[in-house]
Amino acid sequence: MAKIIVVTSGKGGVGKTTTSAAISSGLALRGHKTVVIDFDIGLRNLDIIMNCERRVVYDFVNVINKEARLNQALIKDKRADNLYILPASQTRDKDALSKEGVEQVLEELAKDGFEYIICDSPAGIEHGAFMALYFADMAIVVANPEVSSVRDSDRILGILQSKSRRAEQGERVEEYLLITRYSPERVAKGEMLGVGDVEEILATKLLGVIPESESVLKASNQGIPVIHDQESNAGKAYSDAVSRLLGDNVEHRFVTIQNKGLLQRLFGRSA
Amino acid sequence: MALNSSSAADVVPTSPAFRLKGGLFPLTLLEIRRYSQPEFEQDLLSKVAEAPAFFQQTPVILSFEMAVAEAEQVPLAELVELCRSNGLRPVALRGGSKELKKQAETLQLALMPEGRVKVDAAVSPEGTAEPVAAKAAATDAAAGIDAAAGSGADRPADSAENGAGGGNKIITTPIRSGQQVYAAGGDLIVLAAVSTGAEVLADGNIHIYGALRGRALAGVRGDTSARIFCQSLEAELISIAGDFKLHEDFRGQWWKKPVQVSLTDDILAIEALSK
Ligand SMILES: Nc1ncnc2c1ncn2[C@@H]1O[C@H](COP(=O)(O)OP(=O)(O)O)[C@@H](O)[C@H]1O
Ligand SMILES: [Mg+2]
Repeated sequence: MAKIIVVTSGKGGVGKTTTSAAISSGLALRGHKTVVIDFDIGLRNLDIIMNCERRVVYDFVNVINKEARLNQALIKDKRADNLYILPASQTRDKDALSKEGVEQVLEELAKDGFEYIICDSPAGIEHGAFMALYFADMAIVVANPEVSSVRDSDRILGILQSKSRRAEQGERVEEYLLITRYSPERVAKGEMLGVGDVEEILATKLLGVIPESESVLKASNQGIPVIHDQESNAGKAYSDAVSRLLGDNVEHRFVTIQNKGLLQRLFGRSA
Repeated sequence: MALNSSSAADVVPTSPAFRLKGGLFPLTLLEIRRYSQPEFEQDLLSKVAEAPAFFQQTPVILSFEMAVAEAEQVPLAELVELCRSNGLRPVALRGGSKELKKQAETLQLALMPEGRVKVDAAVSPEGTAEPVAAKAAATDAAAGIDAAAGSGADRPADSAENGAGGGNKIITTPIRSGQQVYAAGGDLIVLAAVSTGAEVLADGNIHIYGALRGRALAGVRGDTSARIFCQSLEAELISIAGDFKLHEDFRGQWWKKPVQVSLTDDILAIEALSK
């Protein structure tokens, strides 16, 4: 059975596409046949981060409209053997996605033996985001450690558990929280919410904490998902997240200030 | 549990198949003052928008006790249909002309005895039995209606609800921003947090065994003895029977404390749950 995972957030620019690229690559690198679908119709940047924009001939909407077959539109990733990308259309608008159309594509992918189907959601809580989450078995809710992002994530969690197909069938969507662009230094200065605060507000299992890292920008400019950069903290943190997704118990790294002195470590956080 | 017919046939009945029990259920009166189809529909739609939780197959009594004379000429079937298509379930008629009562019988509505005091429609447009929640909910339209709020489907998946007539409702999962949960005719019990931007309503009491960060409105149909209990008071608004307090009113002493809220001598009182 294929597992459908939506990467969603409500808010834009929090790291959904970065996360979709990293998690799907990570799953594929561990031998799972994985496809990542760009639901951000009209914007299209998953293929840029995955460095396959020049190889796009047909897209998700073409497949839905039966203008192309699924295997004509799927792009094989050059770095991870088991990974395929289904790009978004740049020329249509998000209303091109119909529930029936999306369902058909997902069913065909499952029949083709894909184990994981990662849906990269657009921002907002409108049609496109709804289509991306409707069929999900699991959701990775991406939040930045700031109040407005956490609020939007809370709202998305509510929609997931009330409007998705699983909710309609009286089941729950498995939910995970991924905090991205985390900076322990800024938390200490009170400029950001801490991991504990976000967890407490959202009351959701923590899949990982991805530190704010320049390597993310570098990676996306080069078109290499950051998980391939195992030198970088962000890459390592995404790897850990993939392990947890696969059921391993891995301790969270990069959540405290790295190189603080002994005295600070002793007296920094007593509570 | 319902028995299916084949197995029921094997059972030797030892007691009657049913018994009659008296029940007291709160019912909303829809007091018609005047009637013209477009106006009525417009007003109905705006009420639905204000308090969507109210329009989920809610049973109502159509009351003509406050109606002006012409209103008694209404085509009742049309009015009933309008109500139905907007989430109300007219179950009975109260007041009205002979002609109206005849129409009600054809429509299989029950006929309710009239209230004791007949108020002159012209003098008292206010002070009717309009649900308090409609007013309270209208105080913040922004919190309510969007993709997540309003419709029946926005309830957390595993809410447990009593059968006919509403009753207590138990929610075991967090109530998220944009969601609205309403326990009609009973208490609302939430075994998790109520997020900022979420709204919980009950005709009776509200118990929250988690943090209350959103809006909580108890006794929304006017029960002044209703109370709100929560593990941590971080609410945006609390209200009992329409009396409300905002975030800034309890930001100090009671903030993040386990408290109960009651209406004492017409004043919304907050006190500690544990000493
Ligand atoms: N951990 C991170 N550290 C630094 N920059 C990040 C991180 N994650 C994402 N970004 C940057 O944030 C921006 C938005 O990321 P993106 O994944 O496109 O978000 P979304 O898909 O949610 O709109 C991009 O410029 C990306 O490089
Ligand atoms: Mg994106």
